[in-house]
Amino acid sequence: MRRGTTIYLYELAWILPSIAIPVGMLVALVVTAFGAGVHVPSDAGRIDSTRVAETFPTGVYELAPGQYEVRLLGQIWTFAPNEIRVPRGSTVHFWATSKDVVHGLFIPHANVNVMLLPGQLAHVTARFDTPGVYPIICHEYCGIAHHVMAGKMVVE
Amino acid sequence: MNRLTAAYLAVALVALFGGVVTGALQALEHAGVNLYPAVAAVVKSYYHGLTLHGVLNVLVWTTFFISGFVPWIAVRALEVPLASLRLGWAAFGLMTAGLVLAAVPLMGNAATVMFTFYAPLKAHWAFYIGLTLVVVGTWLVTLNLVITHRAWRARNPETRTPLAAFMSLVTFVMWTIASLGLAAEMLFMLIPWSLGLMAGTDALLARVLFWFTGHPIVYFWLLPAYISWYTLVPRQAGGKLFSDPLARVSFVLFLVLSTPLGFHHQFTDPGIGEGWKLLHAFITFAVFFPSLLTFFSLVASLENGARARGGKGWVAWFGKLPWGDPSLAAQVLAMILFAFGGIGGLINASFTMNLVVHNTAWIPGHLHLTVGTAVTLTFMGITYWLVPLLRGRQLWSRRLALIQVWLWVVGMAIFSNAQHRLGLMGMPRRTMISAAPYLQSEWQSALQLVGIGGTILFVSAMLYFANIVLTVVASREPAAVEVPFAEALSGPEHAPAILDRWRPWLVLTVVLIAIAYGPVLVRLIATTPFNTPGLRVW
Repeated sequence: MRRGTTIYLYELAWILPSIAIPVGMLVALVVTAFGAGVHVPSDAGRIDSTRVAETFPTGVYELAPGQYEVRLLGQIWTFAPNEIRVPRGSTVHFWATSKDVVHGLFIPHANVNVMLLPGQLAHVTARFDTPGVYPIICHEYCGIAHHVMAGKMVVE
Repeated sequence: MNRLTAAYLAVALVALFGGVVTGALQALEHAGVNLYPAVAAVVKSYYHGLTLHGVLNVLVWTTFFISGFVPWIAVRALEVPLASLRLGWAAFGLMTAGLVLAAVPLMGNAATVMFTFYAPLKAHWAFYIGLTLVVVGTWLVTLNLVITHRAWRARNPETRTPLAAFMSLVTFVMWTIASLGLAAEMLFMLIPWSLGLMAGTDALLARVLFWFTGHPIVYFWLLPAYISWYTLVPRQAGGKLFSDPLARVSFVLFLVLSTPLGFHHQFTDPGIGEGWKLLHAFITFAVFFPSLLTFFSLVASLENGARARGGKGWVAWFGKLPWGDPSLAAQVLAMILFAFGGIGGLINASFTMNLVVHNTAWIPGHLHLTVGTAVTLTFMGITYWLVPLLRGRQLWSRRLALIQVWLWVVGMAIFSNAQHRLGLMGMPRRTMISAAPYLQSEWQSALQLVGIGGTILFVSAMLYFANIVLTVVASREPAAVEVPFAEALSGPEHAPAILDRWRPWLVLTVVLIAIAYGPVLVRLIATTPFNTPGLRVW
């Protein structure tokens, strides 16, 4: 075989797996994303960040047995409410936003990970089956005391 | 031209020095050693140090090194002089002036907003204007490269553009297109707002424009390392580049695909539909294709070199690479750590899996493998031959350089692995973690490793600076260094002609960007009220 042709075959031998690997991963991604019903945050509408004190009452509300709505406001350097209590097995619908700068709402090991941007409503839903105390962490730099911005999620 | 490149390198190295020192402070803080009170005269807080670390390392060190090295290698490959040395110095002057302007508020703790400067955190206007001037300076570098290439093309109408020059052009053209997002954010939002001409701003639109540039900027850092890996390293390894056409294909794909995927940094942002995020995830996986091509080509080229040196076996040939050459060792080891960085990057890009890692310590773990090693260790490796060449003196100590390279790899392996694990355990990034009320006891052992790895990296960096400075001021042996351009097994004559044409690829680039960003940007610009006031809360 001519030298040039051999090299062409070598190139093809690398090109095909280079296509196959990302395509295979992509299929796995789509299947798990839609099959498992885990969602990344989507567009949940705007809210006027300068008027959230009047328009966005915070708190924990029981919608139905096992169904809770948490309306949570991030502000330098606290969450309101700062402590959330729900019984085990609850599905919690978080509605959250920021009053001032960019904050984050992060509950490790619970698939709650969303940015709180002033001007935007954020919405995530998570189910808490394991009892325990979960930290609620602001995971975006929000000023000099960013590291103290945290709350508690108690699953009873 | 050599003086211009040396000037860029000097600024880049000063920035890296500042970035490394502030980085060490952070690593030690994580291990429970708080040195900030001792340096309070210069570094006012953990977050001031963190901003300095990020801006100096990922914005200044990279951009200045690249603007010095890439045009230089392009001109060497084309074998023509730079079109306008005066324009070259004008670009350097503008970038340096911008850097000084931004450095004043940055050093003075008036711009402690991280290198991502998310509004509504509001820095001093000089910070935004200074950074914008640096970006405009890089556009002049692009212009100079394009004019130089046209002059070469006029004299060589039938020849393929030499590979290193082609890659250099792709790098700067891609960057210039990608930087428009950042430029728009600066010119229409942050600068008028910081000057008091606009009452408010908008967090989401600012982030969308930032990440329009913020992902392709990592390719702007990475592609110059690829230029070295493709066109120089095979020769340094004693062999030839596996395939010139394959290299061109991968660079054309980087041009086309680098920009329309910034939402993968915003998977957890509200205000952007899930469908758009999925589209950007798809395109991110498409970029994995040229990355894999690069990986396979480079391993094949290294194998070619090692076998020419007597290497045998499936894997054992790897030991036959010229490991005594610090420049080669640095770059091959950078490639190996980058393989892990690439795999981690795929996890970040994997849509719902991003919920586990977004904004955790996993992310700095990832980017210290990519920009912190693939890019930085490669650039260090390049300077091990480039500085002797520019100075005309041999490297002060090869042995010291080899020690430095291996220390970097060991330190980074420890540091990055610990950061990745901390991220999976739920530790946030960008946080003065020793002072956090939610500090978990299970994080402690990994936090100690962050401190140990960071310290090793700091020592490695100091050895690097010592070697470079001594090469410049104390080395007496004249150096006969040449640019190690590699030949190719399959040469440019095998490359399809369309790879050397620009219009179809540029049109495709713009169309993809319009599809991926157009509708979201139009909606945001039409509906954004720009009413969020700025805050200085650091």
